[in-house]
Amino acid sequence: MSIVDSIAALGARAIGIVLGLGRAGIMLWGALLHLPRFKKGTPLLIKQIYVVGVQSMVIVIVSGLFIGMVLALQGYTILVGFGTEQSLGPLVALSLLRELGPVVTALLFAGRAGSALTAELGLMKSTEQLSSLEMMAVDPLRQVIAPRFWAGLISMPLLSVMFVAVGIYGGYLVGVAWKGIDDGAFWSILQAAVEWRQDIVNCLIKSVVFAWVVTWIALYRGYHLVPNPEGISRATTQTVVQSSLAVLALDFLLTAIMFG
Amino acid sequence: MVTKKIELLVGVFLLAGVVAFLALVYKVANVDVSTNSDTYTLTAEFTNIGGLKVRSPVKVGGVVVGRVSAINLDAKKLAPVVTLTMDKKYADFPETSSVAVLTSGLLGEQYIGLTPGFMDDGIEILQDGDRIADTHSAMVLEDLIGQFLYSSKDK
Repeated sequence: MSIVDSIAALGARAIGIVLGLGRAGIMLWGALLHLPRFKKGTPLLIKQIYVVGVQSMVIVIVSGLFIGMVLALQGYTILVGFGTEQSLGPLVALSLLRELGPVVTALLFAGRAGSALTAELGLMKSTEQLSSLEMMAVDPLRQVIAPRFWAGLISMPLLSVMFVAVGIYGGYLVGVAWKGIDDGAFWSILQAAVEWRQDIVNCLIKSVVFAWVVTWIALYRGYHLVPNPEGISRATTQTVVQSSLAVLALDFLLTAIMFG
Repeated sequence: MVTKKIELLVGVFLLAGVVAFLALVYKVANVDVSTNSDTYTLTAEFTNIGGLKVRSPVKVGGVVVGRVSAINLDAKKLAPVVTLTMDKKYADFPETSSVAVLTSGLLGEQYIGLTPGFMDDGIEILQDGDRIADTHSAMVLEDLIGQFLYSSKDK
């Protein structure tokens, strides 16, 4: 009996996973299928870019500055032992562009914006605002989900580009202004090492993929949660945990494709 | 009014993103040496410049007195010609001065070392646009190893 039960539980779990994926897919499909209506959609989109992007800007810029500075300081203490402290520029720039920029921005984004999206949608659902929209013949996918999704997709690449730029400046501050690396050597070696296609375009591709995944998970968790306070808090936690894991796993995959 | 404020902030956000992106792109492209009026240029022809890069420093006894502003290949002689942008503060180098492509440390980056020459009657000070005649090229480690191997084989 217990064996049958556990097999049934396994089946139920598998069905649940497939069901979740299907629902998430249908939700995204429904939100993106419509042609964008620029006149009506733009104010909604701007509002969401404000919530998702502008409000995450401070945390992203501050962490970018400090991560760049720490990276430069740690790199300097090791490189100076070999007398190659001038290679600090490429060390900071490449690690930020290739990995840290997109990944850390996505993690911060999941914590700052993703959890807020889930909580907001959960509140809308538990106060039956989504059902009221449907009763008024307004498609909540189009009115609520689509602007949030596009806002995430637009904001994340911009945020990671800012993160990288500020991080390199932080590395410059530590390396050149504090530790006294030669100014011209820092920039010239950095410029020689950074490539447009290999580094900057890949950075943007990564951040778009991460934006897609994080926003999708956040919206799905919010749209399909159990509408009570416990459900909202669980869904918010799940958003952060799942999107962080998804970002880290996808990062390995993308790195293997891009640089492997 | 609130909407206006949000729109403004979103505009600032988008602009900041674009500025950051341009800053990154700008870093990939070579940044020109700031062509202030208080610099003058010298050129020098080498046979091999090794790993010298644009914006590498020019040093006299370790003091930075200028930067490499351009590296070109002379069309006729097929030899690299390096353009140096020098600080006007250090303008009194005699034409007997010599330049060499040196390496900072064993693994470090390459720079141009300038050794001031002697002054005598009839020897002029290097002016804007002059070419330094006495140059020493970069030492290429592979060549040195090759020479060492062949010379040890002969013995």
